[in-house]
Amino acid sequence: MDVLLQQVINGLVLGSMYALVALGYTMVYGIINLINFAHGEVLMIGALCSWSIIGFLQPLMPDTPGWVLLIISMVLASIAAAALNYAIEKIAYRPLRNAPKLAPLITAIGMSILLQTLAMIVWKPNYKPFPSLLPTTPFEIGEAVITPTQLMILGLTAVALAVLSWLVNRTKLGRAMRATAENPQVASLMGVKPDVVISATFVIGAVLATIAGVMWAMNYGTAHHVMGFLPGLKAFTAAVFGGIGNLGGAVVGGLLLGLIESIGSGYLGEITGGVLGSHYTDILAFIVLIVTLTLRPSGLLGERVADRA
Amino acid sequence: MISTMTHKFFSNRWALALLLLTLPLMLQNVGHAWVRIADMSLLYVLLALGLNIVVGYAGLLDLGYVAFFAVGAYLYALLASPHLTDVFPWISVMFPDGLHLSLWLVLPMAAGLAGLFGVLLGAPTLKLRGDYLAIVTLGFGEIIRVFLNNLDQPVNITNGPKGLGQIDAVTVVGYPLSKQLDLGFIQLPSVTLYYYLFLTLVVVSVVVCHRLEYSRIGRAWMAIREDEIAAKAMGLNTRNLKLMAFGMGATFGGLSGAMFAAFQGFVSPESFSLMESVMIVAMVVLGGLGHLPGVILGAVLLAALPEALRYVAGPLQSMTDGRLNAAILRQLLIALAMITIMLWRPRGLWPTPEHGKSLNPQGGAR
Repeated sequence: MDVLLQQVINGLVLGSMYALVALGYTMVYGIINLINFAHGEVLMIGALCSWSIIGFLQPLMPDTPGWVLLIISMVLASIAAAALNYAIEKIAYRPLRNAPKLAPLITAIGMSILLQTLAMIVWKPNYKPFPSLLPTTPFEIGEAVITPTQLMILGLTAVALAVLSWLVNRTKLGRAMRATAENPQVASLMGVKPDVVISATFVIGAVLATIAGVMWAMNYGTAHHVMGFLPGLKAFTAAVFGGIGNLGGAVVGGLLLGLIESIGSGYLGEITGGVLGSHYTDILAFIVLIVTLTLRPSGLLGERVADRA
Repeated sequence: MISTMTHKFFSNRWALALLLLTLPLMLQNVGHAWVRIADMSLLYVLLALGLNIVVGYAGLLDLGYVAFFAVGAYLYALLASPHLTDVFPWISVMFPDGLHLSLWLVLPMAAGLAGLFGVLLGAPTLKLRGDYLAIVTLGFGEIIRVFLNNLDQPVNITNGPKGLGQIDAVTVVGYPLSKQLDLGFIQLPSVTLYYYLFLTLVVVSVVVCHRLEYSRIGRAWMAIREDEIAAKAMGLNTRNLKLMAFGMGATFGGLSGAMFAAFQGFVSPESFSLMESVMIVAMVVLGGLGHLPGVILGAVLLAALPEALRYVAGPLQSMTDGRLNAAILRQLLIALAMITIMLWRPRGLWPTPEHGKSLNPQGGAR
C-alpha cells in the first residue's frame, strides 16, 4: 500500500473538517474580534443532536437508505445548532460588545464549559457509537483506499465552501458582512444593521460546525460530550495559521494543518528513529504554527495590519 | 479626617491578619478537607498573582500559564522522589541514599528554570498581536503537557501519564511538614502547617507584586498595555520589558509548582491541562485585571467555592438519582459564575479604581 498517498488522503479529509470549523472562528473573529471559544461545543451539540435524531428516525423508517437519514438529521441538527449559536451570541457576547476585550473571552470560555456540562447531563457522559449510514466498502485509488464517508466529507466540504464563497462574495448579506468586518461604524452609516449581520455570521458558523461535527462523528464512529474540544482547538490553530479573519486563509490553514498532522504522524517515528512517536502529532501542529507565526506574524494569508495608534 | 481613615485602614488590616491566621484552626475542627481547600486556594492565589503580571500589568494574554506551574512541579518531583534513582543506575551510584534535594534548594532552581522557559516562550512571540499570542501560548502549554505525557519512552524521565509519586514533603528548619505538630495546647496537623507556609508565600508575593506595580518597571508595563506604540515613543524598551513580564510571571508559576508537588506528594500531567490555564486566566479577569485585591478575590472565589460545594452537593445527587453529581454541579456553577459575573461586571468583581481612563473605549488588555 502506498503510505504517502494514503496519508495525503487522510490529511485532506481531516483538513477539510478543520477548514469548516476554522471558517466559523475566522468569520466571527473578522467581524467582532472575538475568539469564540464555544465554537467547538457548537460542533459537539450539532453532532449529538444528529445522533439523537438518527436514533429516533431509524426505527420509525427502517427502509430509508442511510444517506437520506443522514441528510435529514444534518439539516435538523444544523437548525438546532444555529439557534443555539444565535442565542449564545445574544446572551453572552452582545451585551459585552463595548466591554474590555477580555470580558467576552471569559464568557465564551464559560459558555464552552456550560455547554459541555449540559451535554453531559442531557446525553450522559458515555461514548455513543455513531451509526455508519453509508456503505463501508472502500474505493481503491492506486494503492491507497478511501471510504465512502471520507469521499462524502471531501465532497460536502467542497459544496459548503462553494456556497459560502457565493454567499460572501455575491449576495447582499455577504457584502454587508464584509463591510461590517471592515468598519462597523461606517457600515452602519451605510444602512447595514451590524446586529443582524453578526447574528447571521453566528448562524452560518454554526451550520458549518454542525456539518463538520456530524462528519467527524461518522469518520471516527463515536460521539460524546467532549468531542468538540480537539477539533475546536485544532481549527482555531488552523484559522490563526492561515491568518485569522481571512476566509481563504482558514481553508488553506485547515487543509495544510490536516496534511501536516497526518503525514507527520505517518513519518515522525521513522524520521526521528523512533524517539518521537506518533503521540507527538499534536505538538507538530503547534510547532509549525509557532514557526509560521515567527516568520509571518499575521499568518500565511493574513494582511499585515498596522497597529492603530 | 486623615488620621481616622488611616486608623480604620490599620484596624481592618489587623482584623484581616487575625482572620487569616486563625482560619485553619477553625477549619481543622470541621475537617481536614476544608483546610486542604484553603491550602489549594492559596496556591491558586500565587498562580493568579503571577499571571496577573503577564496579563494584568503587561496586557499579554497567556493561555498556557499552567506550563510553568508544571515545570516547577516536575522539577521538584524529579529531584525529591525515588524515580530518577530507580530508573538511572548511575544516579543511584552518585546518591546512594536516594535523591532528596531540599525544597529550599529546588525553589530557586524552579524559579530560574520557569523564568527561562517564560523568556524562551516570550522571545518568538514578541511581534505577535493579542490573539495570536493567545494561541501560541496555548500551544506552548499543550506542548509541555504532551511531553510530560510521553517522555516515559525511550528513556523514562516523567513516568508518562502515571505521574511521579513519593515526593518528599517540605521541611522547615529540619521539621517535616508532613508530621503533626504538637504545641501542647493545640495540635497542628500537616495541612495546617502547609497553610501557614503558603500564607507566608502569598504575603511575600503580594508585597513583591505591590512594589512591582508602582515601580518604574510596573508603570512601564502598564504603559505598554495601554498603548504599545506610545510607550515605545516614550523611550521604553518594549522588547525587554515584555520579556521581563513573561519571565517574572513564569517565576511565580515555577515556585508555586514546586510547592504544589511537595504538598501533594504526587504529580501527573493531568493536573496541568489547558482547562487549568483557562481557570487561572478566569480568576485574574473575574477578580479584576491588574488589581491585586481583585485578583486574590477571583482566585479564592473560583478555587474555594466550587470545592466547598463538592461537600454540600450530596443531597442534590440523591435527589436527581446520580445524574447531577458534585463534579458536574461544580462545573455548572463555575460556568454560570463566569458568564454572569462578566455580564454583570465586565471589568471584574473588584476592578482598579478608574483614574486616567484610557481614551480607547475598547481599552484594557490587547
